[in-house]
Amino acid sequence: MAAVGVASAEQYNYDIVRKFTIMALVWGAVGMLAGVYVASELAWPFLNFDVAYITFGRLRPVHTSAVIFGFGGSALFATSYYVVQRTCQTRLFSDGMASFTFWGWQAIIVLAAISYMLGYSQSREYAEMEWPIDILIEIVWVAYLIVFVATIMKRRQPHIYVANWFYLSFILATALLHTFNNLAVPVSLFSMKSYSLFAGTQDAMTQWWYGHNAVGFFLTAAFLGMMYYFVPKQAGRPIYSYRLSIVHFWALSFLYMWVGAHHLHWTALPDWTSTLAATFSIMLLLPSWGGMINGIMTLSGAWDKLRTDPIMRFMIVALSFYGMSTFEGPMMSLKDVNALSHYTDWTVGHVHSGALGWVAMITFGSLYHLIPKLWDTRMYSEKLIGIHFWLATIGVLLYITAMWISGIMQGLMWRAFDDFGNLQYSFVESVAAMHPFYAMRAIGGMFFLTGMLLMIFNAFMTISRANRNVSVAVLNPARAAAA
Amino acid sequence: MEWLYWFSRFENTKPLGLLIFFVCFCLIVIYVYGSKARGEELESRGNIPFLDEDSDTEEAK
Repeated sequence: MAAVGVASAEQYNYDIVRKFTIMALVWGAVGMLAGVYVASELAWPFLNFDVAYITFGRLRPVHTSAVIFGFGGSALFATSYYVVQRTCQTRLFSDGMASFTFWGWQAIIVLAAISYMLGYSQSREYAEMEWPIDILIEIVWVAYLIVFVATIMKRRQPHIYVANWFYLSFILATALLHTFNNLAVPVSLFSMKSYSLFAGTQDAMTQWWYGHNAVGFFLTAAFLGMMYYFVPKQAGRPIYSYRLSIVHFWALSFLYMWVGAHHLHWTALPDWTSTLAATFSIMLLLPSWGGMINGIMTLSGAWDKLRTDPIMRFMIVALSFYGMSTFEGPMMSLKDVNALSHYTDWTVGHVHSGALGWVAMITFGSLYHLIPKLWDTRMYSEKLIGIHFWLATIGVLLYITAMWISGIMQGLMWRAFDDFGNLQYSFVESVAAMHPFYAMRAIGGMFFLTGMLLMIFNAFMTISRANRNVSVAVLNPARAAAA
Repeated sequence: MEWLYWFSRFENTKPLGLLIFFVCFCLIVIYVYGSKARGEELESRGNIPFLDEDSDTEEAK
C-alpha cells in the first residue's frame, strides 16, 4: 500500500469545502426555522395569517428541501470533497467545475424555495421542484459526478477507501432516481407547470421508488460515507471491521432499491409488489445493523471518549438513532403494522428519528471535526458543543415521543368501531386529540433549532478568530511567531 | 429469437434474478472472509484515513 507523505493545505482544494460547510450551516438554520414554523402552524393555525405564501402546504416543501438538499446536500458536498481528497491523497479534479457545483446547488435551493412559496409544485414528495429546476439539478449533478470520479481516477492511493464507495453510490443512485422520477411534459416552453409522464399506480410507484431511495442513498448511504471517515478520525482508531464495511456496502446498495413499494401498502399496487417490498425491508435490517455495530464498535477500547469528547457523543448517538430507525422502518413496513401506522404521525416521527437523530447528528459531529481542520484552528468553545448536544438530543426525543403517541392514537381512533359497527370517532375528534402532541413536537423542534443556532455562533467565532490570526500573521509575522 | 420470450415471464425472471444476486452476494462474502491473508490485507485499508495525518493543523504544530 502506498503511504503518501504529509500534505499541505495548498495541495487540497479546501476553499470549496469551506464554502459548502458554511452554506450547510446557513441552510440548516433556515430549514429548521421553516420546520419549526410549519410545526407551529399545525399546533396554532392562526400563524397562517391568511397569507397564501406561508401556508403549511407551501412552506412544508421549503422546510424539507432546505434541510435535505440545503443542509444535508451542502454537508455531503463538503465532506465528500474533503474525504475524497484526503483518502485519495490528491487535489480535487477541476476547481472550476467544483465551484460550478457550489453556485449551481445554492441556486437550486433558492429557486426551489421561491417557487414553492409562489405555489409551483410537482406534488411529488421530496421532488416538488418544477421542470426547469430539475434540469438545473441534472446538470449540476453530472458535474459533481465528473469531479468526484475524476478525482478518484487520479488518486495517489491504490485502494479506494470505503467512504468513497458510499459517496459514489449516493451520487450514481441520486442521478438515476432524479432522472426517472422527474420525467414530465411541460405545459409549454415558457410555463413552469408540467405533468408527469406516468399515471395512476405507476406514477405512485415511481414516486415512492424515488422517495424511499432518496432516504436510502441520499440520507443513508451518503451519510454512512461521512460516518466511515469521521468516526475513525475522531476516535483516533481505524474502523472496527473493514471487511464488514464491504459487506455492508454491497448488501445495503442492493437491498435498498427494492423497498419503495412499502409506502404503498393497501393501495391499488399489486399485492406481490407490496410483499416483495416488505420482505426486502426486513432483510435491510441486517446490513443496517451491521453498519451501526461497525461504527459503534470502532470506539471499542476508548469508551471513555464518550464522557470527555462531545463530538464523539454526537457521532455515537447518531449511530444509535440510525440503529433505532432502521429497526423501526422494517417493522413499519410489515403490512399489519402499516395498516395502523400509515397516514399517521408515526411516519412523521419515524422520518425525524432518522433525519434529526441520524442525519443531523452525524453531520454536526463531522462538521465540528471538520471546521477546525479547514480553518487551521480550534473550536471557539467546546462547552457550547456540549450544550448543543443536549439541546439536540432533548429536541429529538421530544419530537419523536410526541409523534409516536399522536400517531398511534390517530391510527387507533380511525379504526375504532362502536357496538353497531359505526366509526367511533369523527376525524375532527382525532385532530383535537392530537393538539397537545403537536405543541410538544413544535417545542422539540425549537430545542433542535436553538442547538443549530449555537453551532452557527460557535462556528462563526471559530472562523473569525482563525481569520484574525491569519491577518496578524500576514501584517506582522514577528508578532505572530511570538504568539 | 423465441428463447428471449422466456425472459418476459415473471415466473422465470424472478427466481433467475434471485439466483444471480444470491450467488453474487455469496461470492462477495467468500472474497471478504474466505482467506486469512486477504482478510488482513483488507483490514489494513482501514488505516487509509490516517496515512494523511493532520500535520498541517495548528493542533499538530
